Amino acid sequence: MNELSAFAWTTIKLFGGVAGVLVLASSIGALLKWRVAHGQPHAVIDNLNARVKAWWVMVAVIGLGFAFGKGGVILLFYLISFYALREFMSLAYTRRGDHSAIALAFFVALPGQYLLIWVDWYGLYSIFIPVYAFLLLPILATAGGDTQRFLERSAKIQWGLMVCVFCISHVPALLMLQIPGFEGRNLLLIAFLVIVVQGSDVLQYVWGKLMGKHKVAPELSPSKTWEGLIGGVASATLLGAALYWATPFNPWQAGLMALVICLMGFLGGLVMSAIKRDRGVKDWGSMIEGHGGMLDRLDSVVFAAPVYFHALRYWWVP
Amino acid sequence: MNDDHQLQSSALRRGLALVTGKLIIGAAGLLTGVRAVWSGSRPEAAQTLYFANHSSHGDFVLLWATLPPDLRARTRPVAGQDYWLASRLRRFIGADVFNALMIRRDGAGPGPNPVEQMQQALDGGDSLIMFPEGTRNTGDDILLPFKSGLYHLARACPDVRLVPVWIENLKRVLPKGAHIPIPLACTVRYGAPIRLAEGEDKVGFIARARAAMLDLRPEYERNEGAAP
Repeated sequence: MNELSAFAWTTIKLFGGVAGVLVLASSIGALLKWRVAHGQPHAVIDNLNARVKAWWVMVAVIGLGFAFGKGGVILLFYLISFYALREFMSLAYTRRGDHSAIALAFFVALPGQYLLIWVDWYGLYSIFIPVYAFLLLPILATAGGDTQRFLERSAKIQWGLMVCVFCISHVPALLMLQIPGFEGRNLLLIAFLVIVVQGSDVLQYVWGKLMGKHKVAPELSPSKTWEGLIGGVASATLLGAALYWATPFNPWQAGLMALVICLMGFLGGLVMSAIKRDRGVKDWGSMIEGHGGMLDRLDSVVFAAPVYFHALRYWWVP
Repeated sequence: MNDDHQLQSSALRRGLALVTGKLIIGAAGLLTGVRAVWSGSRPEAAQTLYFANHSSHGDFVLLWATLPPDLRARTRPVAGQDYWLASRLRRFIGADVFNALMIRRDGAGPGPNPVEQMQQALDGGDSLIMFPEGTRNTGDDILLPFKSGLYHLARACPDVRLVPVWIENLKRVLPKGAHIPIPLACTVRYGAPIRLAEGEDKVGFIARARAAMLDLRPEYERNEGAAP
């Protein structure tokens, strides 16, 4: 009972903190619109305000998922995976012969992975897509009898599943980790990951906009700068360390974990950017106003989640 | 027969058609997250002939779903009667839900001339959705050769806005021969209206209409050449 109320109190503090940051961001956005843009259309400021508004919605949706506990979180990430996979497959080059393989990805692999997470069958969900889907999808594609760009097509479907389903499913899988002394509070592991990884994205954006000059990878992502990267990752690492009280970590462990999450997130953003550039698009989709698609918001989570999961599982789960 | 006739005229059937229309639009949105991109034209109350690429029976559903509701009510798809009158369910969806203008696609056979039918509908004040390829494109070609109907309509009805439309990705949702639709994001792009220039001939106008449609494809597809 005591444990539960402590957990509820921590959750409320985290969400309260996030809401406070959003109130601040909304106020700054309104102030900029009034003082700098004088109420006129202004590309950067309007985009900033659209982003902040979308953040309110995203935080509300995550809060709703949290309110329903394990089932709510698994359903939430199932839907996130669905939309991400739909964006990925929409932009991937496939042919008619791939139809059954893509149908299998959406209607078997996706629900199957989340079902395995639900029943906490670690031995199977950690190999379900990398082994079984990996082997079965190209077998199905051969039935189409179309060899044109076959390896490329098979690889893209496989990659889409790995990124959008396998990697993202490691976020709800955090709920099932049995960390001694942390029982019943696993939602906080997700909150820590999401706050640090998204905080890192936001702080990189802020540092980059304020003082960004030297581009990190102009061919991949013209908006990423060294100033943004260093400032953002350093401040998000400090943010993570400051959140140690909500985690099973001590302050330096929390900081180190946050650093790993931020770096993986940044590199993930680069990789997903490279894919977008290769395809000649700026955003994965358009479902989140100001941000682009689901995958634009999630690219850093995709790469950070499995590493965070396995670090926790290796060092904190006996 | 008599029963059928009564049902046809009943309010129940109209109500059912309205609900079915909403359901179809909802399902299309869920599967394809369809969104409209108006580049070069705005949704306008003016009488319009939308001409689009045709690769799926769902094409006009998506186009119709992305129109603002007030325009939707006065916009009728042009549909091949050999398919849409073939069963009672299709007839209900085609005639009652979408108020489609049924035309024959075999051309030479007896019955009214399709272009005349379309012209009459336009003269009556309807907006139309038509597919200048004349048939579904189920192969690897980006776009089939156009029939000449679009040109004749442009000449006969010079006051009607001719808006090119490109429907993207729907072909992959349910390719020919597949039974399970897969969820893919679809976009319906509306381009700038074109009009028949003074003295322009059929070949020139059709080529221009075709180019106006192809220009609406996303950049990555224009670079690729073959349609995926």
